[in-house]
Amino acid sequence: MAILSVKGVNKRFGGLQALGDVNLDVAENTCHAIIGPNGAGKSTLLNVLVGKLIPDSGSVVFDGQSVLGRKPHEINQMGISRVFQTPEIFADLTVMENMLIPCFAKRDGAFRLHAFEAVRRESDMIERAEAMLDEVNMLDKREMTASSMSRGDKRRLEMAMCLVQEPRLLLLDEPTAGMARADTENTIELLKTIRRDRGLTMAIIEHDMNVVFSLAERITVLAQGTPLVEDTPENIKGHPKVREAYLGEAQV
Amino acid sequence: MTDQSHSTAPLSVQQAATRNAPLARPRAGRGVLGLTRRDATLMLVVTVLVVFAPFILNPFPETSALAQFNAGYPDLMQRFVIFGIFAIGFNILFGLTGYLSFGHAAFLGVGSYAAIWSMKLITLNVIPGILFAIIVAGLFSLVVGFISLRRSGIYFSILTLAFAQMSYALAYSVLTPITGGETGLQIKNTDTPLFGGPESGIGRANLFGAEMGNSTELELGNWLFTFNLGYYIAGAALLLAFYLSIRIFRSPFGIMLRAVKSNQQRMNYTGLMPKRYTLSAFVISGMFAGLAGGLMVAMDTQVGPERMFWTASGEVVIMTILGGAGTLLGPVLGAGFIKYMENIISKINKDILHQWFAFLPDGMEDVMVAVVYPFIGKGWHLTLGIMFMLVVIFLPGGLVEGGQRIAAKFRRNKTQD
Ligand SMILES: Nc1ncnc2c1ncn2[C@@H]1O[C@H](COP(=O)(O)OP(=O)(O)OP(=O)(O)O)[C@@H](O)[C@H]1O
Ligand SMILES: [Mg+2]
Repeated sequence: MAILSVKGVNKRFGGLQALGDVNLDVAENTCHAIIGPNGAGKSTLLNVLVGKLIPDSGSVVFDGQSVLGRKPHEINQMGISRVFQTPEIFADLTVMENMLIPCFAKRDGAFRLHAFEAVRRESDMIERAEAMLDEVNMLDKREMTASSMSRGDKRRLEMAMCLVQEPRLLLLDEPTAGMARADTENTIELLKTIRRDRGLTMAIIEHDMNVVFSLAERITVLAQGTPLVEDTPENIKGHPKVREAYLGEAQV
Repeated sequence: MTDQSHSTAPLSVQQAATRNAPLARPRAGRGVLGLTRRDATLMLVVTVLVVFAPFILNPFPETSALAQFNAGYPDLMQRFVIFGIFAIGFNILFGLTGYLSFGHAAFLGVGSYAAIWSMKLITLNVIPGILFAIIVAGLFSLVVGFISLRRSGIYFSILTLAFAQMSYALAYSVLTPITGGETGLQIKNTDTPLFGGPESGIGRANLFGAEMGNSTELELGNWLFTFNLGYYIAGAALLLAFYLSIRIFRSPFGIMLRAVKSNQQRMNYTGLMPKRYTLSAFVISGMFAGLAGGLMVAMDTQVGPERMFWTASGEVVIMTILGGAGTLLGPVLGAGFIKYMENIISKINKDILHQWFAFLPDGMEDVMVAVVYPFIGKGWHLTLGIMFMLVVIFLPGGLVEGGQRIAAKFRRNKTQD
């Protein structure tokens, strides 16, 4: 059953058709990859899903409820978390504080005036954050200021911040870009483990085909804002249209 | 929108292995009053400073030439703590969220008007007056904040400035029936509060009969120390304000406010409403300003519109930045520093300078006086301006950062020895 269903979504930026009649179904507990050349409209599609952009037409339904017209924080509270293409973290705060914020957001909702509790007394939240940091191998960096970390670490932190919310749908926009080889492998393992243990639905945009073929069960190829094909990884690999449009220039 | 029914399997607990390693977990020490040991120490230091201020601020004997540097008289000590409260509140907004309000004096002014009306109509007791000041300033800041927070950055600052100047202009003109216009409001013997009116002449505020101006003096040799009731009441309010500020800084709410400053986008996509957090901080800081305004009226039962003028709003910005925005102690230090300069340095005149440099040969003496004179007396603004520029350029963390750097140097020297 599809947990996310995108139907006939169009988005124009001036004369540019960034998304043209996009249809996409993401089944529950699967990993769905969206690939395509630069400028294909992949990030734009995610922007529509998280409420950053409102499409010109079409519908987006998550878990039986329409997403369109909802504010980003409402969509997140529905259970959609997103890792951005350029890391969006709280750069001035420590790693631990970065982790606690999504923990509080999950527990307390969009707003709560909890001005008299001490953070250090929130042992449940701290434990949760620590467990997640441990899973991404960042526990030793917990007191570091987020801005002082490498790009790969910032990405892993952002991923941990999304995962600790236990979202039902995780959107990943090139999560391994800028990561060292070993970190990429670790990230693949982490995502696999989490999917196995917790049954997480993921939509992933990725240029690294190694990552795509290790994780994805379905792949949609997007070119110039329109889905070319949607199929299993095996079929996509050999698909002539895909080779022509995209894989020719990628590292298979 | 808090749909939390969908949590799947609990977090896998494979952290047990690493948990055994001695991690740098924050010391979850018990502390006092819900504070960590460090914060409790800070609180204690500030308490000691407030309680013993009449001694600390009067280090020079009355008869010495340095007596003019004594700041331990009630009027000035009251100003130290009242502006300290004002700056502590401002810092909760500006220091944590980064939203620079240029109109906070409006809340202080509104608090003052509210307090004096409470005294005119209800009672000369300061407690209802101060509570009323906090409530009215809070409501006013809710309205101003709600509108101003539709914009951020410089536009937010301009909106708050516009509101404050509007309040000032209205208090001056159209609202004269409520504000007394240019002359402002005092408590006169024609006022008939519900509970006990002023006996004669200008009414003075009291706390269950004890007037704010009541003082006890202590003479020790050549020293004279004054203990003033009004000062101690304002001091108690400062301690409460400081305590609340520590609690807010260390709370989840405090982290959220810092998150607002850091990345509102990420907050949105993490399911949070940054604007609500900012508005809460705005109202809290408005209430602190109201408390300060109420205390001003309690100490000196009069108020005029100039209290809301834009320079007054600018002053609290300078206090906070000079002391160290975003630090706990900074605003208090900044407020004390500026009020000290305004009241002490500004009183030094040419004759005093001549006395100081009398030991120099005549020609040199005149040169030195000519060099120093622009920086003191009426020129204290120049000194303040230069200091402010130096701090902003070289010590972005304010005086607190300066203190920390000096402390760090000392520590390093010690380990080298
Ligand atoms: N807010 C915007 N305003 C105008 N044009 C935009 C906007 N966002 C995206 N575009 C344009 O839409 C097209 C699709 O952009 P998008 O970022 O979705 O591509 P992408 O597939 O994510 O590419 P990449 O692989 O480089 O990240 C691009 O031509 C881009 O310039
Ligand atoms: Mg993109």
